[in-house]
Amino acid sequence: MTSTQTRPTVSAPETAPAEPAARPVRVLGFRQNLSRWDLKLSPYLYISPFFIMFAIVGLFPIGYTAVISLMDWDLVRNSGEFIGFDQYVWILQNPQFWTALRNTFSIFLLSSVPQLIVAIFIAAMLDRNIRAKTFWRMSVLVPFVMAPVAVALIFSNMFGDNHGLVNGVLTDLGLPAVPWHKDPFWSHVAIATMVNFRWTGYNTLILLAAMQAIPRDYYEAATVDGAGAFRQFTSITLPSLKATLIFVIITSTIGGLQIFDEPRMFDNTGEGGPAQQWLTITLFLYNIGWGEWNFGRAAALAWILFLIILVIGLINLAVTRTLVRDEGTRVPKAGKKQKGVRA
Amino acid sequence: MLSRRTKAIAALAGAASFALIATGCAAGDDTAADDGGPIELTVATFNNFGYTDELLQEYMDEHPNVTIVHNVAAESGDARANYFQKLGKGGLADIEAVEIDWFAEAMQYSDLLAEAPDSVQGRWLEWKEAAATDADGRLIGFGTDIGPQGICYRADLFEAAGLPSDRESVADLFDGDWENFLDVADDYREATGKPMIDSANSVLQGIVNQIEYTYTEPDGAVIATENPEIADAYELVTERAIPNSAYSGQWSDDWFASMANGEFATMLCPGWMLGVISGSAADVDGWDVADVFPNGGGNWGGSYLTVPADGENVEAALELADWLTSPETQMKAFANAGTFPSQVDALEGEELASATNEYFNDAPTGEILSSRAEAVTVAPYKDADYFKYHDALQNAVNRVFDGSEDASSSWNTWVAEVEAF
Repeated sequence: MTSTQTRPTVSAPETAPAEPAARPVRVLGFRQNLSRWDLKLSPYLYISPFFIMFAIVGLFPIGYTAVISLMDWDLVRNSGEFIGFDQYVWILQNPQFWTALRNTFSIFLLSSVPQLIVAIFIAAMLDRNIRAKTFWRMSVLVPFVMAPVAVALIFSNMFGDNHGLVNGVLTDLGLPAVPWHKDPFWSHVAIATMVNFRWTGYNTLILLAAMQAIPRDYYEAATVDGAGAFRQFTSITLPSLKATLIFVIITSTIGGLQIFDEPRMFDNTGEGGPAQQWLTITLFLYNIGWGEWNFGRAAALAWILFLIILVIGLINLAVTRTLVRDEGTRVPKAGKKQKGVRA
Repeated sequence: MLSRRTKAIAALAGAASFALIATGCAAGDDTAADDGGPIELTVATFNNFGYTDELLQEYMDEHPNVTIVHNVAAESGDARANYFQKLGKGGLADIEAVEIDWFAEAMQYSDLLAEAPDSVQGRWLEWKEAAATDADGRLIGFGTDIGPQGICYRADLFEAAGLPSDRESVADLFDGDWENFLDVADDYREATGKPMIDSANSVLQGIVNQIEYTYTEPDGAVIATENPEIADAYELVTERAIPNSAYSGQWSDDWFASMANGEFATMLCPGWMLGVISGSAADVDGWDVADVFPNGGGNWGGSYLTVPADGENVEAALELADWLTSPETQMKAFANAGTFPSQVDALEGEELASATNEYFNDAPTGEILSSRAEAVTVAPYKDADYFKYHDALQNAVNRVFDGSEDASSSWNTWVAEVEAF
């Protein structure tokens, strides 16, 4: 520290020889400086490739999108005219945006909630001692391997209004056909089914991995104490899954709010239905951007979506932290307070 | 997605191998029109333009220094996305096909496209050529095909419904306006209890394609919601076409599946639709086509070839586009894929007059479609926003068909949507 204070005065060569007598180590310090920089800088250098890449393909587009969102943009000529926040106002005043928001949340809830419950259940089953473990564990991941568009094509065919497989079976049983492409709720159910089909197995495996990391002693102790399987599940398994559940919920929230392939492939026009029954926000964005070539409005909508995901992510985090107790804390309230202080 | 990509790759590979053979065989040939070294020209089309490898080989034989790479997109929507992402920035093919639906959008950027040589002017039907000429009088699109519409019908179902079923009588039956067409549909429904028309939106499409100014006027005024012709068309479609239609719109999985099983008995039929029907209902006997269309003639669809001005071989590309859209080449394309020619000489030619279609009960399709092309009197004004307005109106009809809104509230929703554009 003191060396930096003395440095400015060292500009004259005559004073330099006087210094080494007092502090010989300081002048030889280039190599030392190097190794000190090495110690301090290296970690950042090692992780820098990711952040440099992120700045180029992540941050820059986000910033550029913000710029375009304030302009009336012509994609072909690559130029635009600054018009301020008009396009944000246009989107917020457009009833289709609010319908899209409703649909997105409806599909998100219809997919994420049952999906997580089922995934936890299946993971708990797979965590038990069953025969051919690896076979069952790999099997749940098979739907995930399928391309989303392929899944969407197959399911869209099944959910055809007149010639679909599901309605065919229903009418054969004497039940009324379901208006998959007319009623908003049923279209959401159909789309959520595709999402669940694809993602349940993935979440199951992540939760299963977390479950296997729980020390078996807890269960043994609980068994000795006379706790049944269900009590063990609620008092040991669920609390221990907290961190993993937060991860799974946040990723499925982000995925759910960005849902695109399935609604896009749900009918031949890909526009979300004549009355916007299954128009989601990303689909709306696509229609504006790649249907009408209005990239200014599409960019504004992208930013609105970004902010929505940010807000939902924070709410999600808060709710999940409250609902799922911290791992290993005996007294939940104390644990919560500590968390609060730390955060 | 994968199949599309593999298709494109296969097409590329096929074209490339032909190109190799061409350069190998044609060395030393002296008929080259172009000076200078070898040129590679890329041609990007979609669906099926009838440009087979054999057809392109003919050109390469005549021009040994030219190799043609033909890249086919699965549908026009893919081509549209690619076109506007790259237009003016480089990376487009030397010749890009543009469908009439988004041709007006491309015309906005006519300054980025190369002008066709004067020698080709007057080759096409007047309205076809006029649509490709920009405000400065530059012709930037080489017309390929057009879609004059007749009426396709199921002769067997008509007979069962007690209606006339031979081509001439059906033409007489439908000779009249749209009211008359829908009267027949009412009769058919009374006799059979089934809808006669495939989709309500095809009727809307048919009517709208006969209106000169639909949603906007050349000075930029938006007349969509005040246009009485549109209001009438909407009323006619929602009141009378919907009860007589099996589906709301076309191209859904259900709609394709239904073509084979007799859910409906008629379709409005541009030339290219004949291929759609025979492809989707190959096992069905009974489809026929009549030389008639409600309220005169109507055109639906058709394409252009354009040459981006920033290409590397603009001159050579213009020459190839010229050749591809010549009446002679177009007739070969028609024989290959049924793309009905827009070139005057081809329309008057002997070859077209004698063309028949086996699937449609050996109907003289060349003669019928030529007659339908002559009946087209109106070239609708379609600007860059046309698609947006029309799509929203189609959705309004869909909502009424689905029962999610009644006719008047669905109209109001459309008005609100249009005002928000």
